[in-house]
Amino acid sequence: MSALISIRGLRKAYGESVAVNGIDLEVEGGEVMALLGPSGCGKTTTLQLLAGFLRPDAGEIRVGERVLSSPRSVVPPERRQMSLIFQSYAVWPHKTVRQNVAFGLQVRRTPRAELARQVEAVLKTVRLERLADRYPAELSGGQQQRVALARAIVVQPQILLLDEPLSNLDANLREEMRFEIRRLHDQTGITMVYVTHDQAEAMVTADRIAVMNQGRIEQVATPYEVYERPTTQFVAAFIGRTNTLEGTLLAPGEVATAGGRLRAVDETGCPPGTPVAVCIRPHHVQVAEAGLAPPNGNHFRGRVLRSAYLGEARDYQVELEAGGRVRATAPPTSDLPVGSEVTVQLPVERCRVVTR
Amino acid sequence: MLLLAFLVLVPLAWLAWTSLQDPLTGQLTLDNYRTAFTRRIYLAPIANSFRMATAVAVIAVLVGTPLAWLVARTDLPGRWLLRPLILAAFVTPSFLGANAWIFLAAPNSGMLNRAWAALFHTEHGPADIYSLNGCIFVIALYSIPYTFSLVTATLELMSSELEDAATTLGSGTFRTTWSITLPLALPAILSGFLLSFLEALELFGPPAFILIPAREQVMTTQLYLFFSLFPPQIEVAAAYAMPLLLVTVALLLLQRRILGRRRFTTVTGKGGLRRPLRLGAWRWPLLVVAFVPPLLAVVLPYGALLLVSLQQSWGRGPLAPGNLTLHWYAWALFDNPTTRTAILHSLEYSAAAASIALVLATLVAYLVVRALVPLARVLGFVAMAPFVVPGIVLAIGFLAAYSRPPLLLYGTAFILIAAYATRFLPIAYSNSAAILQGINADLENAARTLGAGRLRALGEITVPLLRRGLLSGWLLVFIPALRELSASVFLFTPQTHVITTVMFDFSDAGNYEAVSTMGLLMMLVTFAVVLAAFRFLGRDVTR
Repeated sequence: MSALISIRGLRKAYGESVAVNGIDLEVEGGEVMALLGPSGCGKTTTLQLLAGFLRPDAGEIRVGERVLSSPRSVVPPERRQMSLIFQSYAVWPHKTVRQNVAFGLQVRRTPRAELARQVEAVLKTVRLERLADRYPAELSGGQQQRVALARAIVVQPQILLLDEPLSNLDANLREEMRFEIRRLHDQTGITMVYVTHDQAEAMVTADRIAVMNQGRIEQVATPYEVYERPTTQFVAAFIGRTNTLEGTLLAPGEVATAGGRLRAVDETGCPPGTPVAVCIRPHHVQVAEAGLAPPNGNHFRGRVLRSAYLGEARDYQVELEAGGRVRATAPPTSDLPVGSEVTVQLPVERCRVVTR
Repeated sequence: MLLLAFLVLVPLAWLAWTSLQDPLTGQLTLDNYRTAFTRRIYLAPIANSFRMATAVAVIAVLVGTPLAWLVARTDLPGRWLLRPLILAAFVTPSFLGANAWIFLAAPNSGMLNRAWAALFHTEHGPADIYSLNGCIFVIALYSIPYTFSLVTATLELMSSELEDAATTLGSGTFRTTWSITLPLALPAILSGFLLSFLEALELFGPPAFILIPAREQVMTTQLYLFFSLFPPQIEVAAAYAMPLLLVTVALLLLQRRILGRRRFTTVTGKGGLRRPLRLGAWRWPLLVVAFVPPLLAVVLPYGALLLVSLQQSWGRGPLAPGNLTLHWYAWALFDNPTTRTAILHSLEYSAAAASIALVLATLVAYLVVRALVPLARVLGFVAMAPFVVPGIVLAIGFLAAYSRPPLLLYGTAFILIAAYATRFLPIAYSNSAAILQGINADLENAARTLGAGRLRALGEITVPLLRRGLLSGWLLVFIPALRELSASVFLFTPQTHVITTVMFDFSDAGNYEAVSTMGLLMMLVTFAVVLAAFRFLGRDVTR
């Protein structure tokens, strides 16, 4: 399978600070790729590079066989056949909904009747047909968002770029729009690159997620894999809650931590001596009264520090004898008093070795 | 960019260069500086200037601060009227005020003096406007609005809670005002002081009308006199202008530092309720006192101007038979070709200057705000540079630069237009930059991702969004250009008279009826243009 977008060794610095530090990424045609990471991780810069607003310092961006960006030349945004949804929507306040949507077609000199037909069709797709003659100031945030979507897809771009498209919406609307964007994708089959800092958003909308940190991509995988099989400590901690116990790799699958030796699933392929960490999700951690369960390796002794009843579950924070804390999510029926001595069991098949 | 150099850099460079040139041989010399700064007759004006500036600033602050406090923090009756009156003083060119005060307080003929003489049966009235003190009085009147508006703004941002905190600790109203309110407003007060000081130092108008006849010079009038000698001593004038330039730069830097700190102060007090302080029995006496400055700055002067302009000959008094007439208005607008063309020139030159400044400022601001070229910030700095150049100094620079080949502009309208455009470029630039900053670059980028080139995006998205702000930027240049005097008197020739230079000439010739008529017409034209512009804007509602 050949990728539609392929990014190689992409680098961009603003003066001293390196925003994008050597990125390789392939996006398949028709795929939704999310760039996920905390603010300042370089995801927006990557998108700006993709859109052609920035010139890379090194590396290149290809779409199909064509090189669109390289340090030597950048095809300007207007000739890349990519539409961009801005975080601010960037809906033009002096044009009506219809005029906003029609703009791209006018630039392409679409005949009048054809233009009207296409505008009408796309407005129907985003369910704005009845608001076509309103000005943006008369629309709600979600409606403005849909204008931005309609305006971007009416020109039938090869690729749709989305920069934190939902971050300005309130929580309810955000949830609704996630599915809306996914629906739009499934209807049109358009290739999307979607920048967000919200992991839930990425998991709902994306086929694959590229987790970014400090200008680099840490992992590219499906939502399921990113959650269940993170490869780095950053990914494990950024996607959902996790416990990490730092240590050194003794042998494949064996890590020396402060509390003792731990066995874990190891797909890192790192040589012994590498500083690593062991990750385990709180709901995989088993807590029992000390001495009750027969310890069978991968266990620690500890004391319950805090206990919170959440209705669907009970949340424990356990202070380990060897130092450090572990969070555990137990069934709501579990009821260990604060201060009691417990055994913390970390099932080997749920522990993962990740790089630091 | 060439235009920017032509307007800003070349004149300033020539100013410095000329000050170092021997007038006869053209060789480099420091003689001009020696001439300018060793002779007693040239040193006295410098002393006068600083004395005047200090006095003006002190008066302006002493009057402006309490006035601001009364309006912003107390329940003074009629304070809603004070604000527009002080605004009216703000928009009145001080040289117009100076003329009005000549009618009011000239030693013998001044209306107030005549009234006094009639009332107390004395030979003369007490006031003599033709003196350094008279000049200080007039400039101070029109400087008060600086301190007033700065301090009002600060006080209005200040929450009453700050004062309440002191009151709950047992501090009385007076003490709270003295030890909490006043110190918090101190940066604004200092800033007002500096602005008034600078204004008084740089002003040419009131000193020209008042002090030249009084034969008591300040730096700006002395600069003018260098030019009325024969041959004009441009080189000495250039040297003489240097300290004016340096003091301005230094004081504006100082003011910026103070204002920088001021922002810090107001933030702490932001967003809180304010309760007006009850003045109680003091209300009425304070009311009378508070209305004195606007009375002196606005009511009396405009009354005097109107009265003089409506009389055939104001020496005979308005009650003399047949003396009350619209003669001078008909004369200025229709009969006299000089005044008629001067009015047209003023409109044309100001409009041209406003357009040039606006286009240039917006282009530079666009490059700077969108960071499109590597040295954009330098361009922005150059565009702001004229802000620190007093009008009179700028005029000398233009004269030095463009009254010789290769660009012989002196005697043409272009030199006036260029001087206006340069002088008010910073206003246009900061206006355009502020508006552009308010327009998200995404709006333009969105058009580009949809296939529009940079120019099309600019034309179809950014410019329409800018339009409203740009028109007000245009006005912000047009209005001060229309009333510009200090550069105009150096650069005009009989073929390129404008309203202000005509007034200056008439005043020199003692034709005061014509001066006041032209002054009022100037104000009328200004208001008409502003009104028309706002009507135009009102129709063009961009959402």
